Amino acid sequence: MERVAIIGASMTRFGQRDAWVRELLAEAGAAALDDAGIDGDDLDHLYVSNMASGEFEGQTGVPNALAHDLAAQPAYTARIDQTSSSGGAGVYAAWQSVASGASDLTMLVGGEKMTHRTTAEATDVIASLTHPVEYKQGVTLPSFAGLTARLYLDTYDAPRESLGKVAVKNHRNGVDNPHAQFRKEVDLDTVLDSPIVADPLRLYDFCPITDGSAALVFCPESVAEEYVPEDEYAVISGIGGATDTHVVHERADPTTMGGVVDSSDIAYEMAGISPDDVDVAELHDMFTILEFLQSEDLGFFEKGEGWKAVEEGVTDRDGELPINTSGGLKSKGHPLGASGVAQVYEIVQQVTGNAGPRQVEADTGLACNVGGFGNCVTTAILEGSQ
Amino acid sequence: MSDDDADDASGTDDATAEPAFEAAEYVDGTITYPPHTVSPNGAERVGTVDLRAYEGRVLTWTTSTATPPGVREPNTLAIVEFDMGDDYDGPAVRALGQIAEREDGGGEAFDVDIGDRVEPVYADELREPGAGIREPESQDWDGFRFRPVEE
Repeated sequence: MERVAIIGASMTRFGQRDAWVRELLAEAGAAALDDAGIDGDDLDHLYVSNMASGEFEGQTGVPNALAHDLAAQPAYTARIDQTSSSGGAGVYAAWQSVASGASDLTMLVGGEKMTHRTTAEATDVIASLTHPVEYKQGVTLPSFAGLTARLYLDTYDAPRESLGKVAVKNHRNGVDNPHAQFRKEVDLDTVLDSPIVADPLRLYDFCPITDGSAALVFCPESVAEEYVPEDEYAVISGIGGATDTHVVHERADPTTMGGVVDSSDIAYEMAGISPDDVDVAELHDMFTILEFLQSEDLGFFEKGEGWKAVEEGVTDRDGELPINTSGGLKSKGHPLGASGVAQVYEIVQQVTGNAGPRQVEADTGLACNVGGFGNCVTTAILEGSQ
Repeated sequence: MSDDDADDASGTDDATAEPAFEAAEYVDGTITYPPHTVSPNGAERVGTVDLRAYEGRVLTWTTSTATPPGVREPNTLAIVEFDMGDDYDGPAVRALGQIAEREDGGGEAFDVDIGDRVEPVYADELREPGAGIREPESQDWDGFRFRPVEE
């Protein structure tokens, strides 16, 4: 099996954008092609990670539209939908296409256009991933976060403030990310005094609704230096995907995300490393509670101890294990299909030494992209080429 | 434990015309809500269990203030774990459900907390069909809320 390199990476500014999904995808895609020094018609495969362009704006067939816009014909195209983890699933599909030998040059572009919808409408589009017995009760993804946060705080005797500190940390990190939706610090009092959205969680415990796109170009590691210098590409050393129950209440322990455990086990084994070897991580902090759950289920911290790591500054940018140096979904924004791609974009910047003011010392980075409320997960491990 | 005799085509209880709170029982003795085609362990489905006959305890709860179209606001939800009796040793049987409104007409949901005992109560419409994105005919919209059990 071929080792797979990422030789091009880009992302648009995340936030409220005038552009529609097709334009966002083209913006990120063109920039990634430029970063890799190739043209659209060099591509063998072109994937688009997108959850709901049909539901959000009545635009279907986005991969073919993108191939048209980037002059990528006759590349094979496909849309990858795995809800909020569409980006991670796209990384998996792109990796698979090159690792298997089916493609010598693949581009993945993830994107979503959401902000033209009201919060209630966007929330309902996302909640439509739930089982009928959940949907009819009016459940939303933020509701699942509230339910799980209350159980976590009660089970592990964690203070409410610890969740707020995730928001404070990630907003602080986002200040240095020129692509982030929010480049503004918030203090703990602001977080804790913000309006309740899903008790005990408040407004600042949640990521925003976002427009944006991100893109990556993949090729066999053996030919990466034909495109970019040796120190300008990253290698996918491990990747795994897994699912958990569709119905959230059926999980034996609702504070454990089985898909995170299983996908990371696969990725660690493929990479031949343990959680202790990870230098930097991008986690799916769609809600602050998710950063605790993932940091534990990835094996960074013992179960029920993730909140202590945040309290002690372990996950700060200058801490022992920086988490969400990009600002995370919380600050950077969460344009569903783009988020998993943008997580890997950040890790590529970190392991190639191109993260600018966000740079940490990192040879090995991990990105964990979660769909639904842990329903489907992709974990990718990247290393620098040197 | 199974209510095979009550597992008629309509899934209703003739005595009350109220639908059953239908969970599935499998050949290995496990019970799930909602019913699956096969059990999570792969065992064949052999019958149904009406969860109206059981009380449960609140595992966790939340009050959502940002609700989708057609959903009451605020919407207090709980994950309830049913007490299936000492003879049941399968995985926990749980349901996610709205907390019922008080009967004083004020429209507020009952207060609940982790560990509180609750019981199911039927509601003929949990959210407004067609107000949200899901096709109204694709699923049913009635079901069960939970209310505290009077000690």
